[in-house]
Amino acid sequence: MSVIAPHRAAKPLQRKNNARLRRLYPYFLIGPAAVLTLVFLVYPVGSVFYYSLQHSNVTQPWNDGFAGQDNFVAMGADPLFWRSLTFTLQWVVVEVGLQFIFGLALALLINKTFIGRALARSLVFSPWAVSGILTTTIWILIYNPSTGIGRYLADIGIGEYGVSLLSGSGTTFWAVVLAEMWKGIPFFAILILADLQSVSLELYESADVDGAGTLRKFLSITWPHIRQAVVIATLLRAVWEFNNVDLLYTLTGGGPAGATTTLPLYVAQTAIHDRDFGYGSALTVVAFMILTFFSLVYLRITKSKEDDK
Amino acid sequence: MTSLLPQTTPTRSQTADRGEPIERPLSPLKKRARRIDRVLTYVPLALFLIFTLIPFYWMLLFAFRPSGSTSLVLWPITFEHFETVWNGSGFGIYFKNSLFVAVMSLLTSTVIALLGGYALARFKFRGKALFLVAMLCTQFVPGAMMLIPLFEIFNSVGLTDSLWSLIISDTVFHLPLSLILMSGFIRNVPMELEEAAWVDGCTRIQAFRLVVLPLLKPGIVAVGSFAFISAWNNFLFAIMFISSQDQFTVPVGLSYLLGEFGADFGALAAGGVIAIIPVVLLFAYVQKFLVQGLSAGAVKG
Repeated sequence: MSVIAPHRAAKPLQRKNNARLRRLYPYFLIGPAAVLTLVFLVYPVGSVFYYSLQHSNVTQPWNDGFAGQDNFVAMGADPLFWRSLTFTLQWVVVEVGLQFIFGLALALLINKTFIGRALARSLVFSPWAVSGILTTTIWILIYNPSTGIGRYLADIGIGEYGVSLLSGSGTTFWAVVLAEMWKGIPFFAILILADLQSVSLELYESADVDGAGTLRKFLSITWPHIRQAVVIATLLRAVWEFNNVDLLYTLTGGGPAGATTTLPLYVAQTAIHDRDFGYGSALTVVAFMILTFFSLVYLRITKSKEDDK
Repeated sequence: MTSLLPQTTPTRSQTADRGEPIERPLSPLKKRARRIDRVLTYVPLALFLIFTLIPFYWMLLFAFRPSGSTSLVLWPITFEHFETVWNGSGFGIYFKNSLFVAVMSLLTSTVIALLGGYALARFKFRGKALFLVAMLCTQFVPGAMMLIPLFEIFNSVGLTDSLWSLIISDTVFHLPLSLILMSGFIRNVPMELEEAAWVDGCTRIQAFRLVVLPLLKPGIVAVGSFAFISAWNNFLFAIMFISSQDQFTVPVGLSYLLGEFGADFGALAAGGVIAIIPVVLLFAYVQKFLVQGLSAGAVKG
């Protein structure tokens, strides 16, 4: 590398200016990110709160202006709201629970040394890259009654021909859960794998010398190392599953008869389809409150982790 | 100029090789335990692989087999469905639009993440904690919730039905992950290298360009790829902000194929393959950086 000679004879005044400039450096650097976030995230969140207190329904132009708590009161008497809320919680708990079990198992498996590990890793993680409507496309092909798995099962004598897994009330939920797990498990596993890799191998070797069994090693070495990552992965997944719109919107459209409508999906239907901005915003505020609770827990955990250091 | 120093982060194999392996003859009991362990690895792994790959195979099957065929073997193959989708359903145009959106999102995300990530990794400044918290909080904002206000903003500046509305919203929603990943990668480049360059007379910017940037290549590739993937897959904003067909992206085109009842499943599958191939290839290439980046940045705080 060529040595670059100091080319500025710094005058005292200039040095002072430079020092001030240097203090501003980081602000220039985060500037673009901060401005984008302010304009396209913070301001919109604020305006949602504003709209939640307004009557703003394109289909009812006569009913305009300040609404106060009206939208929130209406929500209490809205069975669709309560059903979407119940379904959201059911959806989050089942999805995250199953992804926790299988994601952890997958991370532990894929962290072992075996032939073809790199390839196996790429393959099992690939569904994560295939999100949203692309996942839907695949699962539509699988679940379709006339061309999907059901047809082939019926051909060999298992089950009934023409059963649609996506419209039967008993199967819809699990059909969607399975599709979401397909892409959710890999990301759960990635988050945990990152921490698993930082566990020093020497710990296991000395545990081997002490004659520790597999379970003992997991509980005493592995688990304490990855606990933090597991908690964070669980929370992140919970938030993502809560906010998940793409898959449910395209796979079931929230149906049959609203049975798979999550709160954000109900928001989209109310605000975009029915054009009721006021009520849609009020629903959003409730969703936001619930998520804020999640984020407080999350921040608390990450903070106590910093304190540990 | 290539990197000044070899990568200094120790890899796993280096750490593992540090001790001399002790070769001991295995007792029959140990041998058996090892065999059981191997079975316990390969059997569940095979099951996971089957669960992962069958859906992909299913789509390839539908995309490549002739119409009317019910064969479950991916042979003989035909490209008739691709022909239909690419020319007949406008996927050629959608592909171009998606590519434009994804590449522009990649560029904006990467540049902004480089700047911000450097500040987060190398400076202490007032408001840093607040900035980080704000960034993290954006992870908790539901995309569906932003639709109305974002639509209004884009409407007021005449950006609805423009691909730029997608580029901006994709970039904004992807920023937190980009920033956190990038600052993790930058923190992995030893500060001493930069300081050495300053001593040699480099300015901060020169030191960054000559010393940090070359070492940061894997990080940049990773962050850029993730921005690309998430923009490529974005459906919600695309379907809400775009209305004219010549501005459709691939996911929007797919949703229209899905919507046609009694759909041509061959064409749908072919559209899916067109949509999936770029992201899966990119992902296969960068997934090892993802694990690295997460362990360096997000999960490790």
